[in-house]
Amino acid sequence: MITFYAFLAQLIELIAALLLAPLLVGWINQCRAWLQNRSAPPLLQTYYTLHKLFHKDVLLAHNASPLFRAVPYLIFACMALASAIVPTLSTTLILAPAADAIAFVGLFALARLFIALAAMDVGTAFGSLGSRREMLIGFLAEPALLLIFFTTSLISHSTSLSSIVKTLASTDFIIYPSLAFAGTAFVMVSLAENARIPIDNPTTHLELTMIHEAMILEYSGRHLALIEWASALKLFAYSCLGIALFIPYGISATAGIMPLLTAAASMLVKLAAMGFGLALIETLSAKMRIFRAPEFLGTAFLLAVLAMLVHLLLEVGK
Amino acid sequence: MKLLNQTIDFEALDNPAVTSYAARVNAGELLTFCAAARKAKRPLVALWGSDERDRGEGFGFALHTALDLSEGLVCLTLPLAAENPSFPDLAPIYPVANRMQRAVMDTIGAMPEGDADRRPWLRHANWPADFWPLRNDAKDAQFEAQNEDYAFVRVEGDGVHEIAVGPIHAGIIEPGHFRFSVTGESVLRLEQRLGWTHKGIERRFKGMGLSDGARLAGRVSGDSTVAYAWAYAQAAEAIGAVTPPPRALWLRALLLERERIINHLGDLGYLGNDVALAFGLMQFMRLKEDWVRENARLFGHRFMMDRIVPGGVSVDIDEDGKRAIAAQCDVLEGELHALKDIYDDHAGLQDRFLTTGRITPQLAETLGVIGLAGRASGQCWDLRCNHPCAPYDQLQPHMQLEHNGDVAARALVRFGEVKASLDLVRKILREMPDGDIRSEVRSDANKRGFGWIEGWRGDIFVALETGSDGKIRRCHCHDPSWQIWPALEHAIIDNIVPDFPLINKSFNLSYAGPDL
Repeated sequence: MITFYAFLAQLIELIAALLLAPLLVGWINQCRAWLQNRSAPPLLQTYYTLHKLFHKDVLLAHNASPLFRAVPYLIFACMALASAIVPTLSTTLILAPAADAIAFVGLFALARLFIALAAMDVGTAFGSLGSRREMLIGFLAEPALLLIFFTTSLISHSTSLSSIVKTLASTDFIIYPSLAFAGTAFVMVSLAENARIPIDNPTTHLELTMIHEAMILEYSGRHLALIEWASALKLFAYSCLGIALFIPYGISATAGIMPLLTAAASMLVKLAAMGFGLALIETLSAKMRIFRAPEFLGTAFLLAVLAMLVHLLLEVGK
Repeated sequence: MKLLNQTIDFEALDNPAVTSYAARVNAGELLTFCAAARKAKRPLVALWGSDERDRGEGFGFALHTALDLSEGLVCLTLPLAAENPSFPDLAPIYPVANRMQRAVMDTIGAMPEGDADRRPWLRHANWPADFWPLRNDAKDAQFEAQNEDYAFVRVEGDGVHEIAVGPIHAGIIEPGHFRFSVTGESVLRLEQRLGWTHKGIERRFKGMGLSDGARLAGRVSGDSTVAYAWAYAQAAEAIGAVTPPPRALWLRALLLERERIINHLGDLGYLGNDVALAFGLMQFMRLKEDWVRENARLFGHRFMMDRIVPGGVSVDIDEDGKRAIAAQCDVLEGELHALKDIYDDHAGLQDRFLTTGRITPQLAETLGVIGLAGRASGQCWDLRCNHPCAPYDQLQPHMQLEHNGDVAARALVRFGEVKASLDLVRKILREMPDGDIRSEVRSDANKRGFGWIEGWRGDIFVALETGSDGKIRRCHCHDPSWQIWPALEHAIIDNIVPDFPLINKSFNLSYAGPDL
């Protein structure tokens, strides 16, 4: 019974992620437009764009290798799996034992590696330019992300995301000072990892300033749609992870339909608030010079280290 | 009349708006005079060629050089041979002459001598090397477009590679090709390849009547249509020996300052957008749009195209219009103040602006940078102050100068000029004389006239010449972007690749204006 429930919860969560991820992007774009005094695009605009891209022909460079064509599917799979193992609705998930926090970081690293390779595949200047910038951001962001996970792992004595969330959500309301540091670091890493302002600008048309966009300039049609969808999934996974780790209250730890529904409702509210927060950050800040990114992510790393120290010094033995 | 203690005897031209002198010189005199002008730190205004063979036996081509002297505008004309015309290389004296010389080479087939750069500039293998569009005997022809093999300067060394950008970009912007030589993100060298918008405008001028020419001149560069129209009108009025009524001149100044404000507002918005502060873009575009709509309401055209005509202006303003503009000035001043505070206090934006794309005053002087970009690097070139035509002699605008020469300085000059232009607009509204707004201009045969106006980028120059039938024989429109584009190649050195769009935007030069 519990396995069936875990399977069902897993399925619901995966489908919810696939369907809601573009909505989250649409919501953020809407908030951003309002904050900038613009009339906003429709909430469903991301779906329209995906629909359009899926119906367009793929234009391939004549020297594109099979890798170039395979990568969009691979990235999409990585991101779908990542969103599946983040406990958003329930902590009882069938895939939960398959991957822990470290594997989760590895999953993103895998996707990053392949998109960087694909970007260099065609041999345009922009592809390599984007790849090397992405690798710069990646190698700074990943250690910080791992350290954030280690702090939460120390609290819950496990690297399994489900156990971490279960511990954090089910214990009595305790203020962990370490989580405040870890949470701040997590926001900074998320901004960098998801190519948002102040590290990257998802809406720019200036090819020389791009990071993520520069890597996918050569993609079109369904390939581009998959990559765009994967980016939305990545943002969704990060948002859910942030919610699960730092504001997990409301998640369903017990099996049942009602807990799932309340979990879904609370998650939607939290996601909406999070999207608004992201839009606010993006409206208020300017993009940094690319060589400020190491400082920014270095700060994130430092905060993550502080989180761990605070935990070891203040919270252990409670 | 003698200038700069040189032997050349100049003839003072009859031009009510621009104090101008002209002389025919030989190659030696041209070089000596240019060197003397350079030594006196006077800038080159324009350089262009013309076909004179139809004037009769013994005539060939001519090279015209316009210089900005403290006495006024000086035009030196060097006659060139009919067969294999060539002229001395002026680029060692004035580095900005390089591209203009190559344009002369591409359009009339006269070659710069010596070690001059003889790579084509406007011709992109889209017309044959032996077709010169501005020669009188060049027939209208269509040629198949081809890919050219342009000899970019190569930078060699460990880890150096090239990034080629454009002419087709990821966004909808004007076409320009930029070839970066970089190590990692750091730019070692940038070489521009412009001239993707060749439309044949200078060739089109030939044979047009003076009033038709005014419409064409107003379309050389849409963002500077008022400045071009005024400069052309000055030249046409010099030919027709007409002084427009005073009210017309004041109205022209009103339109010109409005054009300056509108373009500066747009640029300030885009500068914010280029550092991903879309809020800035939205606010400034809103302000710009308000002004553009008011243009449409009061003057009948959003960008005030064709409102300045030879002899005067085609629109007048009534008391209601004056009040509307004055109210608009007050609104803009308040909003501008608030937005400037936001830009000034935004740490992220200032971090991107400060020290980025710096042109030091010494470098600006060496390169001969003029206009807005020059003023941001401490170069005191503003025609409204240096050679004021009516009504600027009475308005006495205050020149906006900065000395840092970075993106922040160019933004500050724009803020300062919007503010100064608002004051000018108010002063114009208060003190504008009554009277006619237009007088008749008749074309006169075989005359030449110059027009010279400070547009928002820098000084726009028009040289107009009529033939024996009173129609236009040659009209050269010169955009200040000619002089400022080369400075951008220097501004980017030692900056990082992702800062280029911001630096480029802080200059906001015209791609189409120097490619007629």
